[in-house]
Amino acid sequence: MTAHKDDRTASAFARARAQGRAALSIFITGGDPTPAHTGAVLDALVEGGADLIELGMPFTDPMADGPAIQAANLRALSAGTKTTDILAIATAFRTRHPDVPLILMGYANPMIRRGADWFAQAIKAAGVDGVICVDIPTEEDDELGPALRAAGVHFIRLATPTTDAARLPAVLQGSGGFLYYVSVAGITGKQQAAQASIEAAVAHLKSGTDLPIAVGFGVRTPEQAAAIGKVADGVVVGSAIVDLIGRYGADAPPHVKDYVASLRAALEQKELAR
Amino acid sequence: MTDISNAPNSLRTQPDERGHFGQFGGRYVAETLMPLILDLEKEYRKAKADPEFQREFDYLLRHYVGRPNPLYYAQRLTEELGGAKIYLKREELNHTGAHKINNCIGQILLAKRMGKTRIIAETGAGQHGVATATVAALFNIPCTIFMGALDVERQQPNVFRMKLLGAEVRAVESGARTLKDAMNEALRDWVANVHDTFYIIGTAAGPHPYPELVRDFQSVIGRETREQIMEAEGRLPDMLIAAVGGGSNAIGMFHPFLDDKEVELVGVEAAGYGLESGQHAASLAGGFPGILHGNKTYLLQDEDGQIAEAHSISAGLDYPGIGPEHSWLHEIGRARYEPITDDEALASFQHLCRLEGIIPALESSHALAAVEKIAPTLGKDRIIVVNLSGRGDKDIFTVAKALGVEI
Ligand SMILES: Cc1ncc(COP(=O)(O)O)c(C=O)c1O
Repeated sequence: MTAHKDDRTASAFARARAQGRAALSIFITGGDPTPAHTGAVLDALVEGGADLIELGMPFTDPMADGPAIQAANLRALSAGTKTTDILAIATAFRTRHPDVPLILMGYANPMIRRGADWFAQAIKAAGVDGVICVDIPTEEDDELGPALRAAGVHFIRLATPTTDAARLPAVLQGSGGFLYYVSVAGITGKQQAAQASIEAAVAHLKSGTDLPIAVGFGVRTPEQAAAIGKVADGVVVGSAIVDLIGRYGADAPPHVKDYVASLRAALEQKELAR
Repeated sequence: MTDISNAPNSLRTQPDERGHFGQFGGRYVAETLMPLILDLEKEYRKAKADPEFQREFDYLLRHYVGRPNPLYYAQRLTEELGGAKIYLKREELNHTGAHKINNCIGQILLAKRMGKTRIIAETGAGQHGVATATVAALFNIPCTIFMGALDVERQQPNVFRMKLLGAEVRAVESGARTLKDAMNEALRDWVANVHDTFYIIGTAAGPHPYPELVRDFQSVIGRETREQIMEAEGRLPDMLIAAVGGGSNAIGMFHPFLDDKEVELVGVEAAGYGLESGQHAASLAGGFPGILHGNKTYLLQDEDGQIAEAHSISAGLDYPGIGPEHSWLHEIGRARYEPITDDEALASFQHLCRLEGIIPALESSHALAAVEKIAPTLGKDRIIVVNLSGRGDKDIFTVAKALGVEI
């Protein structure tokens, strides 16, 4: 896939690659700790050096998430976060940061509630570049995929340690933006995968697609990020940042910015890895 | 399990090859689980066609579960209501006291076939947990049951039963700490242990092929009912009534009758404090189609797709969703679904105790309350079969509390 000037996602990966490093993607939950505070957290991510942002749409039943992100979902929902708040947060972010790709990540039900077309058009208008939906596998693409593609929003698919070679082409069908490799068979924020298994998996995925490969789930520290950054096009960190928001609440932005900066520095100083 | 109809317009050939019942059902799971449920489907197809699997299933249902259980003519209840003739399908006489065991026998046989060495399950009241712990003991496979922490407090006798049977009971502290959260946690465990773990889902819901295979295992209820009513009355019943939580006892009874258009099918949803109160578990009456726990179906939810907490006095009906085949039967009008409140179910619970000497489960009491409303409106020549899905021993504490009695 060639970087297109209108495709913020492709451009972000291309920029990082040109600098000889992996792109840094950071996940936070929208509305955490409150909708009003999310903008400042997002700004801190960008200032710290995040190349892409994954904004979680809070859901009452985050089945693929560990305790840290479950708690973030609860905080956001307790603060009254609505779908309109997520759209407003995205719209404001896009105004402040015209070039940083913004990906919505979450579960199917909040995305399809008003209809897939409504959702695709609303998020496109809000400046969202892509969607990661945990519980719409390729077999159920009809539910959301056609609407996203028609609106020009990437449907970013997940590959996992259980996605074998026979299945990979199906997973890639209709996917765009990048391929998200879930490095552990499990939930977010728990165990971390062995470096060797990640290297083998990324090599296998690369043989099947030209899309950038980003690796996430269980990546917490700058050291881990640096090691994974050597083999992948992107590294995704979520729970470690979400934990900081849980701990510091409205005062989280400077802490978040520092931590993101440490991750970014680790990706830039490749010789520090290992 | 083998009687798939080939009739061109049959309603009994669902789901389609992608696991959809009309717009409902499907496989809305994380990619990690996808290869596993595809594998499960393949293995289930093979098992279904394997006479040895059938034989073992039938053998255990007969000699371990105690099937066939009776179809009992409830004469005093019939006379009291003064209308249609009422038969009770006595699922409460099964080993472990409910229909849940039928499904657990089928699924543990699948687990064994697939070489899985660990069993997990979710439970609300503990009935499915007890049935799962029972078959896990029988097959000597370690078993972990996920149960909301609030339900663990409310259902101590069943928690102790599961432990006696050798299961580990894990109290789930997330969310509202009830059945929905137990299911979330079971899915989280499964995704992290796909290589060796079999998830025994307790109702006709979840990702394909679960709604289909649970229905097939539970269809023994309807097949027996058909034979028994033919023997007793020489004809099919006019109506079947069953309580609907996720919908396994109801679909098990309905499915063999789907193509008999003259047989009315009535599912009973828990209306809790009343539909207007907003505190109920009636997904069809008060919900909208959505996606949760691997399937598309009617769900209690708000305008943003956030899932609502259900309420019912009956823990087994206290779930904000319903199996996808019921959503489909509702939408095409083949079955109708009636709401029954906590108070109505409590009254019918007591009536059956006094009239027939049977203590029914609170879940089943919802079906009984519906028959109390419907039977008097029908002539004495009409026949209704009610699924008495479970016995009520587990509920005596809840009922005593609701009646203000200290025990
Ligand atoms: C006795 C009994 N009946 C009915 C139900 C509801 O489940 P389903 O709708 O799957 O039959 C339960 C669930 O625990 C139960 O224990």
